[in-house]
Amino acid sequence: MSMQEFFHMGGYALYVWPSYGLTLIVLLANIIIPVMQRKQFFAKALKKKR
Amino acid sequence: MFLVPDPVVRFFHRMASPPHFYAFTERLMPWLVVIFLLLTAAGLYGGLYLAPADYQQGDSYRIIYIHVPSAWMSLFIYVVMAIAGAIGLVWRIKLAEIVAISSAPIGASFTFIALFTGSLWGKPMWGTWWVWDARLTSELILLFLYMGVIGLYGAIDDKRVASKAVAILALVGVVNIPIIHYSVEWWNTLHQGPTVTKMDKPSIHVSMLIPLLLMALSFNVYYLIALIQRVRIELLQRERSSQWVKNKVLEVKQ
Repeated sequence: MSMQEFFHMGGYALYVWPSYGLTLIVLLANIIIPVMQRKQFFAKALKKKR
Repeated sequence: MFLVPDPVVRFFHRMASPPHFYAFTERLMPWLVVIFLLLTAAGLYGGLYLAPADYQQGDSYRIIYIHVPSAWMSLFIYVVMAIAGAIGLVWRIKLAEIVAISSAPIGASFTFIALFTGSLWGKPMWGTWWVWDARLTSELILLFLYMGVIGLYGAIDDKRVASKAVAILALVGVVNIPIIHYSVEWWNTLHQGPTVTKMDKPSIHVSMLIPLLLMALSFNVYYLIALIQRVRIELLQRERSSQWVKNKVLEVKQ
């Protein structure tokens, strides 16, 4: 199977790849949000200390 | 209940203590991430590359590898949320309360993914993005239940009171779970019946089944990772005036 064939998904590329793309975005967001919140929490707590 | 060996009991007792949980999950996290990446890589390679195209649906069926595991997770996480909520309600264990509320956004995300990918799969196969089919409608109600839990928790300032309210809402909503599961059998509408979770042999070829199960495992590990991340920030915020959090802040400073 060539790369082009793979990305073509038998003509269903417009349905398959957006599904995977959206899943990736949503799953990443669920990790990034709490990690950012934790960083903010420590930044704020340190500011108060000074 | 009393047959549980002592080290197991002690493990859970320690885990229910916020500083222990925080330290333990910090050490656990890199391992979980490695396991998640390996499972996902294997699942995607098997599902998108190795597995053949479906004889009826062509390559469009490959959405199954995220659609079905997401739908399973949306139900599983709801049950975990309701059970954790009930434990928090009965024994007032803070960590159980936090596990319950931290599960809600992750469960909502998987519900959204299941609905969205289902829509993208439905268009080429059924000719429509959406129908008011029993399976689709009950899954949409699940999304609303998750959003109700998140909204209710945010609306009450006292987080211990909020956790009680959320647990009751989550428990009432459990009635929707068997409805979703059996909807394809009770109402004979557009959505197809179960392929894997049947009493007799699954009606799916092994080359397709293995990547599907790998993705289901990968999503379970993902849930654990995302849950731990959310629980940790919730713990820090709830316990910000306690000594262990102050020590953590000092650790970060160095």
